[in-house]
Amino acid sequence: MLDTSFIGKEYPPFSVEVEKGHIRRFAHAIGDESAVWRDPQAAKGLGYQAIPAPPTFAFTLLMEANQSFLILDEMGIDKRKSMHAEQGFVYHAPILAGDTITGRQKILDMYEKKGGALQFIVTETRMTNQRNQPVCDLRTVIVIRNG
Amino acid sequence: MSGTIRFESVSVGDALPPLVKPPISRLQLALFAGTSGDHNPIHVDDEAAKVGGLPGVIAHGMLNMAFLGQLLTGWVPPNRLRAFSNRFAAMAYPGDVITLTGTVTAKKEEAGEKRVELEIFASNQKGDKLLVGAATVALD
Repeated sequence: MLDTSFIGKEYPPFSVEVEKGHIRRFAHAIGDESAVWRDPQAAKGLGYQAIPAPPTFAFTLLMEANQSFLILDEMGIDKRKSMHAEQGFVYHAPILAGDTITGRQKILDMYEKKGGALQFIVTETRMTNQRNQPVCDLRTVIVIRNG
Repeated sequence: MSGTIRFESVSVGDALPPLVKPPISRLQLALFAGTSGDHNPIHVDDEAAKVGGLPGVIAHGMLNMAFLGQLLTGWVPPNRLRAFSNRFAAMAYPGDVITLTGTVTAKKEEAGEKRVELEIFASNQKGDKLLVGAATVALD
């Protein structure tokens, strides 16, 4: 059985710096050669003060801050039985190279299907920048397969 | 990267220009493991993947989602994206050719902006849908 007392739990805030070299390597790894991820002038041409992060980069910031598995570790769940089921992003403002992003993770929901064979954990992480401006909300659904 | 898509010129049912990625390589999985911060060995080590009951290494789900992000930012500038989500429906393997597609499902005014809703998919070379998602973009 899932320990649903974790629903509503909030983890302490974490902070992570956004590096332009990291954005460039991320874009290279996914095979996106657009200049906006590499060239400050191209970014300026689109109205950015600095190189912006690609749409899914906020999840990488979560991974960098070792936030993704906090709830699994705390509940003693074997990570090898867990899979990423859903991921969502809501964007408020750009995440830019040079930003310091602060995130706050909360457990939104936990539920079971198929008599407990599948267990779901829903988390939300709200990210703000160094000006305390909301930049991105992430919603993650993890599924745990039992038996 | 195009800033020329206009709200008036978009209709429900319109398809985005599809994006076809080169075959996923093991090098790409290694690069993505390093840069994404997801160091789970099932993406780079066949033996570890087999222990987990897989036939061999699998691609990161977030790699496919990043491809979907590239579809979107190839259609509108990145700062036009308001929301983006997907369900991870099936796995991708080295050698798979992923095609990203999207269709306009709604047009609306919201939060003082003209916005378009999209349904988006990542599919493999067999036509299996690996990601099933949705996105919202703001247009002029």
